[in-house]
Amino acid sequence: MAELTRKGLQGFLARQGILVAFAVFMIAFAVANPRFIDIDNVFGVIRSSAILGVMALGVTFVVIGGNLDLSVGSMMSFSTIVVLDLHDKIGPTLAIPSMFAMTLALGAFIGILVGYLKLNSLIVTLGMLSAIHGLTLTYSGGKNMDIADKSGTWFSVFGQGSVAGLPMPILIFAGLAIVLSIILSRTPFGRKVYAVGGNGVAATFSGIPRARVVFMTYLMSSFCVATAGLIQASRSLGSQNTVGQGMELEVLAAVILGGASLLGGSGTIFKTVIGVLILGFIQNGLLLLGLAFYAQYIVTWIIIILAVWLDIAAKRGGLWSRIA
Amino acid sequence: MKNETRANLIKQGAIWAFILVELAFFSIAGEFLSVTETAFMDFDNMLLLLKQSAPIGIIALGMTIIMINGNIDLSVGATFALAAIVLLDSMTWPFMQTLGNWAIPLAWLFALATGVVLGAISGLIVWKTGVDAFIVTLGSMLGYRGLVFMYNGEQPTSHLNWTLVDFAEAQFLGLHTATWFLLGAAILLWLLMTRTVHGRNAYAIGNNRDAAVNAGIRVGPHFLWNFMLIGFLAALSAVVFYSESGSVNPNDGMLYELWAITAVVLGGTKLSGGYGSIISTLGGVIAIQLLRKGLGHIGADTETVNLVIGLILIAVLFLDRQLNRKGKEELRT
Repeated sequence: MAELTRKGLQGFLARQGILVAFAVFMIAFAVANPRFIDIDNVFGVIRSSAILGVMALGVTFVVIGGNLDLSVGSMMSFSTIVVLDLHDKIGPTLAIPSMFAMTLALGAFIGILVGYLKLNSLIVTLGMLSAIHGLTLTYSGGKNMDIADKSGTWFSVFGQGSVAGLPMPILIFAGLAIVLSIILSRTPFGRKVYAVGGNGVAATFSGIPRARVVFMTYLMSSFCVATAGLIQASRSLGSQNTVGQGMELEVLAAVILGGASLLGGSGTIFKTVIGVLILGFIQNGLLLLGLAFYAQYIVTWIIIILAVWLDIAAKRGGLWSRIA
Repeated sequence: MKNETRANLIKQGAIWAFILVELAFFSIAGEFLSVTETAFMDFDNMLLLLKQSAPIGIIALGMTIIMINGNIDLSVGATFALAAIVLLDSMTWPFMQTLGNWAIPLAWLFALATGVVLGAISGLIVWKTGVDAFIVTLGSMLGYRGLVFMYNGEQPTSHLNWTLVDFAEAQFLGLHTATWFLLGAAILLWLLMTRTVHGRNAYAIGNNRDAAVNAGIRVGPHFLWNFMLIGFLAALSAVVFYSESGSVNPNDGMLYELWAITAVVLGGTKLSGGYGSIISTLGGVIAIQLLRKGLGHIGADTETVNLVIGLILIAVLFLDRQLNRKGKEELRT
C-alpha cells in the first residue's frame, strides 16, 4: 500500500511537477513579501509576460510537431517595425492586416522549407533569424521607428487599453491561449500535430499529410508572432530594430519549462502558459526580494535544467543518466 | 565507393570554391561599385580579414567538434564574455599589480581556466543528467550571462595593459597575433580530430551513439572533454580579442553561438553528428567574414549581410540535401 502511494506520488510529480513547482514558488515568494500577491503586481507581471507568452503559444505548436523555431525573436522585431512604419503611411486599419500578411508570408516561407522541403528546422530558422534581422534593418534603414502623433491614435489600444479593468495584453494572451488550446486538444488538426511530432514515419503511414501539418504549425507560430509584434508596437508606439532580439531562446525556455519535449509529440498550451508565468513571476519575485535583475538568469538556468532532468528521470526511473 | 569519394571531395571543396567565387565577385564588382580606390584583393585587406575572423573562428572550431559529437553548445557567447571579464579584471587585483608583466600570462591562465570550468559544468550536466545538450547549454547561456552581470553589473570592465596591446597588435611573418592563434588552433584541432583516438571516437559517437557504447567507448567522459575544450576555446577567443580592445561590456559575445554554428554548418558539418571537418569550418568562417567585408566594399549596407548570410545558410542546407538524396529512398509524403 505504501509502495502504491509512493508510486502514485511519483507519477503525479512527474506529470504535474511543473504545477507543483509553480505553487511552491508562489507561496514562497508570497510569504517572503506579501506585496508579491498584490493584485496590481500580479496583473503587472502577467501583462509584461504577455508578449513573450503569445509567442510561446505559437512555438508550442512547432515544438510539439517535432521542430524548432529560432526565428520568432527577429520576426517579432520585423512585425513591430513594419506595423509602426505603415501606421503613419496607410493608417492603422490597413497597417495591421498588411503587417499580419507580411509576417504570415515569412512563416509560410519557413513552413515550406521545413515542411515540404524537409530541411533541418534548427538551421533553417537560424538562417531566418539572421535573414529577417537583415530584412528589418534594410526596411527601416537602421533607424528607430516612431509614430508621429502618439496621443491621437487609437492604435495604442492593443498594448495600453483595458476592458473591464483587465489590461488588453492579458485579454489577448488569455483569449489566444484558450482558442489555441482548443485547436490543439479538441480538433483533428491538433491530434495530427501530436502524431507528426511523436512519430513522423508512423504518421505518414497512417495517411497524415506530414508536410502540410508542419507547414501549418509554422503559419500559426508566425500568426502569434505578428500578434506579439502588434502588442509590442501598440504598447510603446515606437521601437528599435532589435526589440525582439534574444527572445527566441527565452520563448524556447518557457516552452521547455512547460514540459514540451524538444523531440516533439508532447506538451500542452496550458503547460506552456504555466512555463511563461513561472519565468515572469520568478523574475518579479526575485526583484521584490531585492535581488539584482541578473539573479533571475541564474535561477532560470537552474530551474530549466532541474525541470527537464526530473522529467527525464521520472521516465527512465533513475536520477542519473545511463551514459557510461 | 568511387562515387562516394567523389561526393565527399565535392563537399570538402565546396566551401573553398565558394570562397573563390566570393573573391572573384567582390573584386570585379568592386571595380565598378566601390567608393574607395583600393582593390578588394589588397594584401593588407586580406590580412585584416583573417584577423577579424579569429574571435568567431576559434569558437567555431570547437563547435565543430561538439557538433561532430552530435551535441551543440549555445553557451559559448556567455563563456566568451565571462572569460574576457576575468582576463581584464584579474590584472587589476592587488597581488597581480606587484608582478609586473608576469601578471599577463597569469591573467591569461585565469581566463582560460574560467572557460574550462564553465565548459566542464555544462559537460558534466550533459553527462550525468542525460538532458539534451541543447537544453543544458540554453540554460547555461542564461546562467553564465547572469554571472557576467553579477561581476560588474551593467558597467563595462576595462583595463588596458600596453604590453598586452602591443603583443595583440604585433605581426609575425606578416600575420597578426590573432590570426596565428586561429591557424594554430585549427592545425592542433585538425590533428586531434584526424590523428588521435579521441578524434575517431568523436566521429563514432556522433554517427551512432549506441554502437559507440557497445564498442566500449566511454561516451560521458568523452562529452566532458569536448565541452571543456570548447570552453577553453571560447576563453582563448576572448583572451585574443580583449588583449587588444581592453574593455568588455556585459552584453559582449551575445549571439556568437549562432554565428559560430552558422560558420560550422556552412563548412558542411552535420547537425546530426558523425560528419564534419575542422578545415572546412575554417573555410566557413572565412567565407562569412569575406561576405561581410565584401558587401561593405561594394557599398551595400552592412545590414544586408545578415539577410545574405541567412539565405546562403538555407541554400547550402538545400543543396546539401539534394546532393545526399541520391541513392537514398525517401519516404514520400
